Amino acid sequence: MISINNVYKFYENNDKKFKALDDINLEIKENEIFGVIGLSGAGKSTLIRTINRLEEPTKGHININGENILNFNKKELRGLRKNIGMIFQSFNLLNSKTVFENIAFPLRLQKLDKEYIEKRVNELLDLVNLKDKKNTYPSQLSGGQKQRVAIARALANNPNILLCDEATSSLDPKTTKKILTLLKDIQKKLDLTIVLITHEMEVIKEICNRVAIMENGKIIELDTVTEVFTNPKTETSKSFINKSNKDLNYIKLSNLEKRKVYKLKFIGEVSKEPVISEIIKKFNIYVNILSGNIDELMSNSVGTLIVEFLGDEDDINKAKNWIKDKNIRLELIKN
Amino acid sequence: MVIFSTFFSVIIGLPLGILVVITEKNGIWEKPKLNWILETIINVSRSFPFIILMILVFPLSRIIVGSTIGTTASIVPLSVAASPFVARIIENSIKEVDKGVIESVISMGAKPIDIILKVLIPEAMPSIVLGITLTMINLVGFSAMAGAIGGGGLGDLAIRYGFYRFQTDIMMSSVILIIIIVQSIQFIGNKLSKAVNKN
Ligand SMILES: Nc1ncnc2c1ncn2[C@@H]1O[C@H](COP(=O)(O)OP(=O)(O)OP(=O)(O)O)[C@@H](O)[C@H]1O
Ligand SMILES: [Mg+2]
Repeated sequence: MISINNVYKFYENNDKKFKALDDINLEIKENEIFGVIGLSGAGKSTLIRTINRLEEPTKGHININGENILNFNKKELRGLRKNIGMIFQSFNLLNSKTVFENIAFPLRLQKLDKEYIEKRVNELLDLVNLKDKKNTYPSQLSGGQKQRVAIARALANNPNILLCDEATSSLDPKTTKKILTLLKDIQKKLDLTIVLITHEMEVIKEICNRVAIMENGKIIELDTVTEVFTNPKTETSKSFINKSNKDLNYIKLSNLEKRKVYKLKFIGEVSKEPVISEIIKKFNIYVNILSGNIDELMSNSVGTLIVEFLGDEDDINKAKNWIKDKNIRLELIKN
Repeated sequence: MVIFSTFFSVIIGLPLGILVVITEKNGIWEKPKLNWILETIINVSRSFPFIILMILVFPLSRIIVGSTIGTTASIVPLSVAASPFVARIIENSIKEVDKGVIESVISMGAKPIDIILKVLIPEAMPSIVLGITLTMINLVGFSAMAGAIGGGGLGDLAIRYGFYRFQTDIMMSSVILIIIIVQSIQFIGNKLSKAVNKN
Protein backbone atom coordinates (compact mmCIF):
# COMPACT_ATOMS: atom_id res chain seq x y z
CA MET A 1 0.00 0.00 0.00
CA ILE A 2 2.76 2.43 0.96
CA SER A 3 6.11 1.56 -0.50
CA ILE A 4 9.16 3.60 0.22
CA ASN A 5 12.22 2.84 -1.89
CA ASN A 6 15.75 4.14 -1.54
CA VAL A 7 14.62 7.32 0.10
CA TYR A 8 17.25 9.80 1.25
CA LYS A 9 16.86 13.15 2.91
CA PHE A 10 19.71 15.59 3.31
CA TYR A 11 19.58 18.78 5.30
CA GLU A 12 22.10 21.40 4.45
CA ASN A 13 23.07 23.75 7.22
CA ASN A 14 25.97 26.16 6.73
CA ASP A 15 27.64 23.96 4.12
CA LYS A 16 27.25 20.92 6.31
CA LYS A 17 25.31 18.09 4.77
CA PHE A 18 23.30 16.06 7.21
CA LYS A 19 21.73 12.73 6.30
CA ALA A 20 18.41 12.58 8.10
CA LEU A 21 17.21 9.63 6.02
CA ASP A 22 19.72 7.19 4.66
CA ASP A 23 18.45 4.73 2.06
CA ILE A 24 15.09 3.89 3.57
CA ASN A 25 13.25 0.91 2.16
CA LEU A 26 9.90 0.07 3.59
CA GLU A 27 6.73 -1.69 2.56
CA ILE A 28 3.66 -0.91 4.64
CA LYS A 29 0.74 -3.23 4.11
CA GLU A 30 -2.91 -2.39 3.94
CA ASN A 31 -4.74 -2.45 7.29
CA GLU A 32 -1.68 -2.91 9.40
CA ILE A 33 -0.47 -0.84 12.29
CA PHE A 34 3.14 -0.20 11.49
CA GLY A 35 5.41 1.20 14.18
CA VAL A 36 8.67 3.07 13.85
CA ILE A 37 10.76 3.33 16.98
CA GLY A 38 14.05 5.07 17.56
CA LEU A 39 15.86 7.49 19.81
CA SER A 40 15.52 11.24 19.45
CA GLY A 41 17.09 12.45 16.22
CA ALA A 42 16.94 9.05 14.53
CA GLY A 43 14.89 10.52 11.69
CA LYS A 44 11.48 9.10 12.58
CA SER A 45 9.55 12.32 12.09
CA THR A 46 11.39 13.08 8.89
CA LEU A 47 10.42 9.65 7.60
CA ILE A 48 6.74 9.77 8.47
CA ARG A 49 6.49 13.30 7.08
CA THR A 50 7.69 12.20 3.68
CA ILE A 51 4.58 10.02 3.38
CA ASN A 52 2.34 13.08 2.99
CA ARG A 53 5.19 15.21 1.68
CA LEU A 54 5.30 17.62 4.57
CA GLU A 55 8.96 16.83 4.02
CA GLU A 56 10.31 16.37 0.49
CA PRO A 57 12.74 13.49 0.15
CA THR A 58 16.03 14.44 -1.52
CA LYS A 59 15.86 11.31 -3.62
CA GLY A 60 14.01 8.03 -3.80
CA HIS A 61 10.53 6.81 -4.59
CA ILE A 62 7.37 6.76 -2.56
CA ASN A 63 4.34 4.96 -3.93
CA ILE A 64 0.94 4.98 -2.34
CA ASN A 65 -1.63 2.62 -3.85
CA GLY A 66 0.59 2.28 -6.86
CA GLU A 67 0.92 5.99 -7.53
CA ASN A 68 4.22 7.78 -7.35
CA ILE A 69 3.37 10.61 -5.00
CA LEU A 70 6.64 12.43 -5.58
CA ASN A 71 5.40 13.27 -9.07
CA PHE A 72 2.16 14.82 -7.81
CA ASN A 73 1.52 18.46 -8.59
CA LYS A 74 0.11 20.81 -5.96
CA LYS A 75 -3.49 19.94 -6.64
CA GLU A 76 -2.89 16.20 -6.68
CA LEU A 77 -0.91 16.58 -3.50
CA ARG A 78 -3.81 18.31 -1.76
CA GLY A 79 -6.02 15.44 -2.88
CA LEU A 80 -3.57 12.94 -1.47
CA ARG A 81 -3.40 14.76 1.83
CA LYS A 82 -7.16 14.62 2.21
CA ASN A 83 -6.78 10.88 2.07
CA ILE A 84 -4.10 10.77 4.73
CA GLY A 85 -4.94 11.86 8.26
CA MET A 86 -2.19 12.97 10.58
CA ILE A 87 -1.94 13.52 14.31
CA PHE A 88 0.91 15.09 16.24
CA GLN A 89 2.56 15.11 19.64
CA SER A 90 1.43 18.65 20.32
CA PHE A 91 -2.16 18.06 19.06
CA ASN A 92 -2.03 21.22 16.92
CA LEU A 93 -5.65 22.21 17.35
CA LEU A 94 -6.87 25.64 16.34
CA ASN A 95 -7.17 27.56 19.59
CA SER A 96 -9.58 30.09 18.17
CA LYS A 97 -12.09 27.40 17.26
CA THR A 98 -14.36 25.13 19.28
CA VAL A 99 -14.08 21.35 19.28
CA PHE A 100 -16.89 21.21 16.74
CA GLU A 101 -15.25 23.79 14.47
CA ASN A 102 -11.90 22.04 14.72
CA ILE A 103 -13.35 18.74 13.59
CA ALA A 104 -15.44 20.47 10.93
CA PHE A 105 -12.39 22.34 9.63
CA PRO A 106 -11.16 19.83 7.02
CA LEU A 107 -14.76 19.41 5.80
CA ARG A 108 -15.35 23.14 5.56
CA LEU A 109 -12.13 23.43 3.56
CA GLN A 110 -13.89 21.40 0.91
CA LYS A 111 -17.01 23.51 1.13
CA LEU A 112 -19.20 20.51 1.84
CA ASP A 113 -22.77 21.31 2.72
CA LYS A 114 -23.68 22.33 6.21
CA GLU A 115 -26.01 19.48 7.01
CA TYR A 116 -23.51 16.87 5.99
CA ILE A 117 -20.79 18.54 8.07
CA GLU A 118 -23.03 18.73 11.11
CA LYS A 119 -23.91 15.05 10.76
CA ARG A 120 -20.34 13.93 10.11
CA VAL A 121 -18.90 15.90 13.03
CA ASN A 122 -21.48 14.43 15.36
CA GLU A 123 -20.57 10.95 14.18
CA LEU A 124 -16.91 11.69 14.82
CA LEU A 125 -17.63 13.16 18.25
CA ASP A 126 -19.39 9.91 19.02
CA LEU A 127 -16.49 7.86 17.73
CA VAL A 128 -14.00 9.59 20.02
CA ASN A 129 -16.52 9.90 22.82
CA LEU A 130 -16.48 13.68 23.18
CA LYS A 131 -20.11 14.62 22.59
CA ASP A 132 -20.30 16.75 25.71
CA LYS A 133 -17.31 18.88 24.71
CA LYS A 134 -18.73 19.93 21.37
CA ASN A 135 -18.71 23.66 22.07
CA THR A 136 -15.66 23.83 24.27
CA TYR A 137 -12.43 25.55 23.23
CA PRO A 138 -9.23 23.45 23.18
CA SER A 139 -7.66 25.40 26.03
CA GLN A 140 -10.26 23.87 28.35
CA LEU A 141 -9.47 20.28 27.41
CA SER A 142 -7.02 17.80 28.91
CA GLY A 143 -4.20 16.41 26.79
CA GLY A 144 -6.04 13.17 26.16
CA GLN A 145 -9.19 15.00 25.13
CA LYS A 146 -7.20 17.26 22.80
CA GLN A 147 -5.67 14.25 21.12
CA ARG A 148 -9.12 12.72 20.70
CA VAL A 149 -10.29 15.89 18.97
CA ALA A 150 -7.20 15.72 16.76
CA ILE A 151 -7.98 12.09 15.91
CA ALA A 152 -11.57 12.96 15.02
CA ARG A 153 -10.32 15.84 12.87
CA ALA A 154 -7.80 13.60 11.13
CA LEU A 155 -10.55 11.09 10.33
CA ALA A 156 -13.10 13.61 9.11
CA ASN A 157 -12.39 12.98 5.42
CA ASN A 158 -12.53 9.20 5.77
CA PRO A 159 -8.83 8.69 5.05
CA ASN A 160 -7.30 5.27 4.38
CA ILE A 161 -4.08 6.13 6.10
CA LEU A 162 -3.45 7.66 9.50
CA LEU A 163 0.00 8.98 10.39
CA CYS A 164 0.78 9.40 14.08
CA ASP A 165 3.91 11.35 15.00
CA GLU A 166 4.53 10.70 18.71
CA ALA A 167 0.80 10.99 19.27
CA THR A 168 1.00 9.81 22.87
CA SER A 169 4.38 11.18 23.89
CA SER A 170 3.01 14.09 25.86
CA LEU A 171 0.37 12.03 27.66
CA ASP A 172 0.57 10.13 30.94
CA PRO A 173 0.65 6.30 30.82
CA LYS A 174 -3.03 5.86 31.58
CA THR A 175 -4.17 8.35 28.96
CA THR A 176 -1.67 6.86 26.53
CA LYS A 177 -3.31 3.51 26.97
CA LYS A 178 -6.76 4.96 26.35
CA ILE A 179 -5.65 6.72 23.18
CA LEU A 180 -3.94 3.57 21.92
CA THR A 181 -7.06 1.53 22.58
CA LEU A 182 -9.06 4.12 20.67
CA LEU A 183 -6.63 3.94 17.75
CA LYS A 184 -6.82 0.17 17.77
CA ASP A 185 -10.64 0.22 17.72
CA ILE A 186 -10.75 2.82 15.00
CA GLN A 187 -8.27 0.90 12.90
CA LYS A 188 -10.53 -2.16 12.98
CA LYS A 189 -13.74 -0.25 12.49
CA LEU A 190 -12.52 1.82 9.57
CA ASP A 191 -9.97 -0.53 8.00
CA LEU A 192 -7.24 2.04 8.40
CA THR A 193 -3.57 1.65 7.73
CA ILE A 194 -1.74 3.31 10.60
CA VAL A 195 1.88 4.41 10.62
CA LEU A 196 2.94 5.30 14.10
CA ILE A 197 6.11 6.79 15.44
CA THR A 198 7.26 6.56 19.01
CA HIS A 199 10.25 6.26 21.26
CA GLU A 200 8.40 4.01 23.69
CA MET A 201 8.39 0.23 23.27
CA GLU A 202 5.19 0.12 25.34
CA VAL A 203 3.34 1.79 22.50
CA ILE A 204 4.70 -0.60 19.89
CA LYS A 205 3.84 -3.54 22.12
CA GLU A 206 0.33 -2.33 22.65
CA ILE A 207 -0.88 -1.83 19.10
CA CYS A 208 1.63 -2.55 16.35
CA ASN A 209 1.76 -5.55 14.03
CA ARG A 210 5.19 -4.79 12.70
CA VAL A 211 7.94 -2.47 13.75
CA ALA A 212 10.97 -0.81 12.22
CA ILE A 213 13.83 0.30 14.42
CA MET A 214 15.62 3.43 13.27
CA GLU A 215 19.04 4.76 14.07
CA ASN A 216 20.99 7.55 12.39
CA GLY A 217 18.54 7.79 9.53
CA LYS A 218 18.64 4.08 8.78
CA ILE A 219 16.26 1.24 9.45
CA ILE A 220 18.41 -1.23 11.33
CA GLU A 221 15.77 -3.84 12.07
CA LEU A 222 12.33 -4.59 10.71
CA ASP A 223 10.05 -7.44 11.65
CA THR A 224 6.85 -8.45 13.36
CA VAL A 225 6.56 -7.13 16.88
CA THR A 226 6.52 -10.69 18.26
CA GLU A 227 9.75 -11.53 16.51
CA VAL A 228 11.50 -8.37 17.62
CA PHE A 229 10.34 -8.96 21.18
CA THR A 230 11.44 -12.55 21.36
CA ASN A 231 14.49 -12.32 19.22
CA PRO A 232 15.84 -8.80 19.03
CA LYS A 233 18.83 -8.61 16.73
CA THR A 234 20.40 -5.26 17.41
CA GLU A 235 21.66 -3.63 20.58
CA THR A 236 19.19 -0.80 20.06
CA SER A 237 16.16 -3.06 19.95
CA LYS A 238 17.44 -5.01 22.94
CA SER A 239 17.78 -1.86 24.96
CA PHE A 240 14.30 -0.69 23.95
CA ILE A 241 12.87 -4.01 25.07
CA ASN A 242 14.75 -4.05 28.32
CA LYS A 243 13.55 -0.57 29.06
CA SER A 244 10.01 -1.81 28.75
CA ASN A 245 10.71 -5.00 30.73
CA LYS A 246 11.66 -3.29 33.91
CA ASP A 247 11.21 -6.41 36.03
CA LEU A 248 14.09 -8.16 34.40
CA ASN A 249 16.45 -5.45 35.44
CA TYR A 250 15.64 -5.88 39.09
CA ILE A 251 17.46 -9.15 39.56
CA LYS A 252 21.11 -8.64 40.07
CA LEU A 253 22.79 -11.52 38.37
CA SER A 254 26.02 -10.88 40.19
CA ASN A 255 24.36 -12.01 43.40
CA LEU A 256 23.93 -15.46 41.96
CA GLU A 257 27.47 -16.59 41.70
CA LYS A 258 28.24 -20.01 40.34
CA ARG A 259 24.68 -20.75 39.45
CA LYS A 260 23.25 -21.39 36.04
CA VAL A 261 20.56 -18.90 35.12
CA TYR A 262 18.34 -19.35 32.09
CA LYS A 263 15.95 -17.14 30.27
CA LEU A 264 12.83 -18.83 28.92
CA LYS A 265 10.67 -17.18 26.30
CA PHE A 266 7.16 -18.43 25.68
CA ILE A 267 5.38 -17.22 22.59
CA GLY A 268 1.66 -17.40 22.05
CA GLU A 269 -0.51 -20.12 23.58
CA VAL A 270 2.29 -21.85 25.41
CA SER A 271 2.72 -18.75 27.57
CA LYS A 272 -0.56 -19.60 29.23
CA GLU A 273 0.25 -23.25 30.01
CA PRO A 274 1.51 -24.43 33.40
CA VAL A 275 4.89 -25.35 31.92
CA ILE A 276 6.90 -24.93 35.10
CA SER A 277 4.69 -27.21 37.18
CA GLU A 278 4.94 -29.80 34.46
CA ILE A 279 8.72 -29.64 34.46
CA ILE A 280 8.88 -30.05 38.20
CA LYS A 281 6.55 -33.07 38.13
CA LYS A 282 8.00 -34.76 35.08
CA PHE A 283 11.71 -34.42 35.73
CA ASN A 284 11.81 -34.26 39.46
CA ILE A 285 13.95 -31.14 39.59
CA TYR A 286 13.51 -27.82 41.34
CA VAL A 287 12.85 -24.69 39.38
CA ASN A 288 13.73 -21.48 41.10
CA ILE A 289 11.93 -18.56 39.47
CA LEU A 290 13.99 -15.39 39.74
CA SER A 291 11.81 -13.13 37.68
CA GLY A 292 8.86 -13.33 35.36
CA ASN A 293 6.90 -11.23 33.01
CA ILE A 294 4.26 -11.54 30.33
CA ASP A 295 4.14 -9.00 27.51
CA GLU A 296 0.75 -8.72 25.93
CA LEU A 297 1.58 -7.77 22.39
CA MET A 298 -1.04 -6.67 19.92
CA SER A 299 -1.14 -10.04 18.16
CA ASN A 300 0.49 -12.35 20.65
CA SER A 301 1.62 -12.71 24.19
CA VAL A 302 5.22 -13.32 25.07
CA GLY A 303 6.17 -14.68 28.47
CA THR A 304 9.66 -14.31 29.86
CA LEU A 305 10.93 -16.23 32.85
CA ILE A 306 14.32 -16.04 34.42
CA VAL A 307 14.93 -19.32 36.25
CA GLU A 308 17.57 -21.60 37.61
CA PHE A 309 17.31 -25.38 37.67
CA LEU A 310 18.40 -27.33 40.75
CA GLY A 311 18.77 -31.10 40.83
CA ASP A 312 20.37 -33.99 39.03
CA GLU A 313 22.40 -32.92 35.97
CA ASP A 314 20.79 -35.59 33.75
CA ASP A 315 17.30 -34.65 34.78
CA ILE A 316 18.05 -31.01 34.09
CA ASN A 317 19.29 -31.84 30.61
CA LYS A 318 16.19 -33.88 29.88
CA ALA A 319 14.07 -31.01 31.07
CA LYS A 320 15.96 -28.63 28.82
CA ASN A 321 15.33 -30.83 25.80
CA TRP A 322 11.66 -31.10 26.64
CA ILE A 323 11.47 -27.33 26.87
CA LYS A 324 13.04 -26.91 23.45
CA ASP A 325 10.53 -29.39 22.00
CA LYS A 326 7.74 -27.29 23.36
CA ASN A 327 8.93 -24.40 21.21
CA ILE A 328 10.05 -22.41 24.16
CA ARG A 329 13.18 -20.43 23.60
CA LEU A 330 15.85 -21.28 26.14
CA GLU A 331 18.90 -19.17 26.64
CA LEU A 332 21.66 -19.49 29.18
CA ILE A 333 22.23 -16.01 30.47
CA LYS A 334 24.63 -16.78 33.28
CA ASN A 335 26.99 -19.61 33.79
CA MET B 1 -8.85 61.59 11.97
CA VAL B 2 -7.16 58.89 14.07
CA ILE B 3 -9.93 56.40 13.43
CA PHE B 4 -9.82 56.88 9.67
CA SER B 5 -6.03 56.74 9.52
CA THR B 6 -6.05 53.56 11.60
CA PHE B 7 -8.60 52.09 9.26
CA PHE B 8 -6.65 52.92 6.13
CA SER B 9 -3.30 51.89 7.57
CA VAL B 10 -4.75 48.51 8.51
CA ILE B 11 -6.20 48.15 5.02
CA ILE B 12 -2.70 48.66 3.62
CA GLY B 13 -0.60 47.18 6.43
CA LEU B 14 -2.51 43.95 7.04
CA PRO B 15 -2.04 42.41 3.58
CA LEU B 16 1.50 43.72 3.52
CA GLY B 17 2.34 42.10 6.85
CA ILE B 18 0.75 38.80 5.84
CA LEU B 19 2.53 38.82 2.49
CA VAL B 20 5.86 39.36 4.20
CA VAL B 21 5.32 36.31 6.40
CA ILE B 22 4.06 33.92 3.74
CA THR B 23 6.66 34.84 1.12
CA GLU B 24 9.48 34.30 3.55
CA LYS B 25 11.84 31.34 3.34
CA ASN B 26 9.88 28.22 4.37
CA GLY B 27 6.69 30.27 4.32
CA ILE B 28 3.50 28.84 2.91
CA TRP B 29 3.97 30.82 -0.34
CA GLU B 30 7.71 31.15 -0.70
CA LYS B 31 8.67 34.06 -2.99
CA PRO B 32 12.15 35.29 -2.08
CA LYS B 33 12.20 38.23 -4.54
CA LEU B 34 8.80 39.58 -3.58
CA ASN B 35 9.76 39.15 0.05
CA TRP B 36 12.91 41.20 -0.47
CA ILE B 37 10.99 43.98 -2.21
CA LEU B 38 8.37 44.13 0.56
CA GLU B 39 11.00 44.10 3.27
CA THR B 40 12.81 46.99 1.59
CA ILE B 41 9.66 49.07 1.18
CA ILE B 42 8.71 48.56 4.80
CA ASN B 43 12.18 49.26 6.14
CA VAL B 44 12.75 52.38 4.05
CA SER B 45 9.39 53.92 4.81
CA ARG B 46 9.79 53.12 8.48
CA SER B 47 13.07 54.96 8.68
CA PHE B 48 11.61 58.30 7.51
CA PRO B 49 10.91 60.74 10.32
CA PHE B 50 7.19 61.35 10.35
CA ILE B 51 7.35 65.08 9.67
CA ILE B 52 9.43 64.57 6.55
CA LEU B 53 7.23 61.77 5.34
CA MET B 54 4.23 63.99 5.83
CA ILE B 55 5.70 66.74 3.70
CA LEU B 56 6.72 64.20 1.05
CA VAL B 57 3.21 62.89 0.94
CA PHE B 58 1.57 66.31 0.54
CA PRO B 59 1.24 65.92 -3.24
CA LEU B 60 -0.46 62.59 -2.72
CA SER B 61 -2.93 64.21 -0.33
CA ARG B 62 -3.74 66.81 -2.94
CA ILE B 63 -4.44 64.09 -5.50
CA ILE B 64 -6.57 62.00 -3.17
CA VAL B 65 -8.49 64.54 -1.11
CA GLY B 66 -7.78 67.70 -3.09
CA SER B 67 -6.07 69.58 -0.28
CA THR B 68 -2.97 69.47 1.90
CA ILE B 69 -4.38 71.27 4.90
CA GLY B 70 -6.96 70.25 7.44
CA THR B 71 -8.15 67.10 9.13
CA THR B 72 -9.16 65.16 6.05
CA ALA B 73 -5.92 65.96 4.29
CA SER B 74 -3.80 64.71 7.16
CA ILE B 75 -5.45 61.29 7.01
CA VAL B 76 -3.40 60.52 3.92
CA PRO B 77 0.09 61.04 5.41
CA LEU B 78 -0.99 59.50 8.71
CA SER B 79 -2.18 56.35 6.95
CA VAL B 80 0.94 56.19 4.84
CA ALA B 81 3.17 56.66 7.87
CA ALA B 82 1.36 54.05 9.95
CA SER B 83 1.02 51.38 7.26
CA PRO B 84 4.57 49.97 7.46
CA PHE B 85 4.26 50.04 11.24
CA VAL B 86 1.04 48.05 11.01
CA ALA B 87 2.69 45.67 8.55
CA ARG B 88 5.46 44.94 11.06
CA ILE B 89 3.00 44.45 13.88
CA ILE B 90 0.84 42.10 11.82
CA GLU B 91 3.96 40.25 10.74
CA ASN B 92 4.95 39.67 14.34
CA SER B 93 1.46 38.56 15.33
CA ILE B 94 1.22 36.12 12.43
CA LYS B 95 4.64 34.71 13.21
CA GLU B 96 3.44 33.83 16.70
CA VAL B 97 0.97 31.34 15.25
CA ASP B 98 2.18 27.86 16.12
CA LYS B 99 4.08 26.27 13.22
CA GLY B 100 2.61 22.90 14.18
CA VAL B 101 -0.93 24.21 13.79
CA ILE B 102 -0.13 25.51 10.31
CA GLU B 103 1.48 22.20 9.47
CA SER B 104 -1.53 20.21 10.64
CA VAL B 105 -3.73 22.30 8.38
CA ILE B 106 -1.36 21.77 5.44
CA SER B 107 -1.57 18.06 6.15
CA MET B 108 -5.34 18.32 5.59
CA GLY B 109 -4.74 19.66 2.11
CA ALA B 110 -5.54 23.33 2.78
CA LYS B 111 -4.71 25.96 0.15
CA PRO B 112 -2.55 28.94 1.11
CA ILE B 113 -5.53 31.28 0.91
CA ASP B 114 -7.49 29.08 3.34
CA ILE B 115 -4.53 29.00 5.66
CA ILE B 116 -4.35 32.79 5.66
CA LEU B 117 -8.04 33.49 6.12
CA LYS B 118 -9.06 30.57 8.30
CA VAL B 119 -5.96 29.92 10.33
CA LEU B 120 -3.38 32.69 10.42
CA ILE B 121 -5.72 35.64 10.94
CA PRO B 122 -8.15 34.01 13.40
CA GLU B 123 -5.36 32.41 15.43
CA ALA B 124 -3.40 35.67 15.61
CA MET B 125 -6.49 37.80 16.28
CA PRO B 126 -5.89 38.60 19.98
CA SER B 127 -2.39 39.77 19.16
CA ILE B 128 -3.52 41.65 16.04
CA VAL B 129 -6.12 43.55 18.08
CA LEU B 130 -3.46 44.64 20.57
CA GLY B 131 -1.22 45.68 17.68
CA ILE B 132 -3.93 47.81 16.12
CA THR B 133 -4.58 49.39 19.52
CA LEU B 134 -0.93 50.32 19.70
CA THR B 135 -1.10 51.73 16.17
CA MET B 136 -4.06 53.87 17.12
CA ILE B 137 -2.25 55.25 20.15
CA ASN B 138 0.77 56.05 18.04
CA LEU B 139 -1.50 57.74 15.55
CA VAL B 140 -2.86 59.97 18.31
CA GLY B 141 0.71 61.16 18.84
CA PHE B 142 1.36 61.50 15.11
CA SER B 143 -1.86 63.38 14.58
CA ALA B 144 -0.81 65.90 17.19
CA MET B 145 2.34 66.40 15.14
CA ALA B 146 0.27 66.62 12.00
CA GLY B 147 -1.70 69.31 13.75
CA ALA B 148 1.48 71.35 14.00
CA ILE B 149 1.81 71.55 10.26
CA GLY B 150 -1.75 72.33 9.49
CA GLY B 151 -3.43 69.02 10.09
CA GLY B 152 -6.08 70.32 12.44
CA GLY B 153 -7.32 68.37 15.43
CA LEU B 154 -6.20 68.40 19.04
CA GLY B 155 -2.51 68.83 18.27
CA ASP B 156 -3.38 71.90 16.25
CA LEU B 157 -5.33 73.28 19.18
CA ALA B 158 -2.55 72.60 21.64
CA ILE B 159 0.07 74.20 19.46
CA ARG B 160 -1.91 77.17 18.22
CA TYR B 161 -3.47 78.25 21.49
CA GLY B 162 -1.17 76.68 24.00
CA PHE B 163 2.25 77.19 22.45
CA TYR B 164 1.91 80.27 20.27
CA ARG B 165 -0.54 82.20 22.42
CA PHE B 166 0.52 80.93 25.83
CA GLN B 167 -3.00 79.90 26.75
CA THR B 168 -1.90 77.29 29.24
CA ASP B 169 -5.41 76.21 30.10
CA ILE B 170 -6.20 75.26 26.51
CA MET B 171 -2.91 73.43 26.19
CA MET B 172 -3.51 71.59 29.45
CA SER B 173 -7.00 70.58 28.54
CA SER B 174 -5.76 69.36 25.15
CA VAL B 175 -3.11 67.29 26.86
CA ILE B 176 -5.56 65.87 29.36
CA LEU B 177 -7.97 65.09 26.56
CA ILE B 178 -5.19 63.27 24.70
CA ILE B 179 -4.35 61.26 27.80
CA ILE B 180 -7.99 60.31 28.24
CA ILE B 181 -8.26 59.33 24.58
CA VAL B 182 -5.13 57.18 24.77
CA GLN B 183 -6.30 55.51 27.97
CA SER B 184 -9.70 54.73 26.52
CA ILE B 185 -8.22 53.29 23.35
CA GLN B 186 -5.94 51.05 25.38
CA PHE B 187 -8.79 49.99 27.64
CA ILE B 188 -11.10 49.11 24.76
CA GLY B 189 -8.26 47.39 22.89
CA ASN B 190 -7.42 45.20 25.87
CA LYS B 191 -11.08 44.27 26.33
CA LEU B 192 -11.48 43.37 22.67
CA SER B 193 -8.31 41.33 22.63
CA LYS B 194 -9.49 39.40 25.68
CA ALA B 195 -12.84 38.80 24.07
CA VAL B 196 -11.32 37.18 21.00
CA ASN B 197 -8.72 35.23 22.97
CA LYS B 198 -9.89 31.67 23.53
CA ASN B 199 -6.78 30.48 25.34
N1 LIG C 1 14.92 21.46 8.99
C1 LIG C 1 16.00 20.80 9.42
N2 LIG C 1 17.24 21.26 9.16
C2 LIG C 1 18.33 20.59 9.56
N3 LIG C 1 18.31 19.44 10.25
C3 LIG C 1 17.11 18.93 10.55
C4 LIG C 1 15.89 19.57 10.15
N4 LIG C 1 14.86 18.82 10.58
C5 LIG C 1 15.39 17.76 11.23
N5 LIG C 1 16.74 17.82 11.20
C6 LIG C 1 17.67 16.83 11.78
O1 LIG C 1 17.33 15.56 11.28
C7 LIG C 1 17.46 14.58 12.31
C8 LIG C 1 16.23 13.76 12.40
O2 LIG C 1 15.18 14.55 12.88
P1 LIG C 1 13.76 13.96 13.22
O3 LIG C 1 12.90 15.08 13.67
O4 LIG C 1 13.29 13.14 12.08
O5 LIG C 1 14.11 13.01 14.43
P2 LIG C 1 13.13 12.14 15.31
O6 LIG C 1 13.60 10.74 15.19
O7 LIG C 1 11.73 12.42 14.95
O8 LIG C 1 13.45 12.65 16.74
P3 LIG C 1 12.47 13.01 17.97
O9 LIG C 1 12.20 11.72 18.68
O10 LIG C 1 13.28 13.94 18.79
O11 LIG C 1 11.25 13.65 17.39
C9 LIG C 1 17.81 15.32 13.58
O12 LIG C 1 19.16 15.13 13.87
C10 LIG C 1 17.51 16.75 13.27
O13 LIG C 1 18.43 17.59 13.92
MG1 LIG D 1 10.07 13.42 15.93
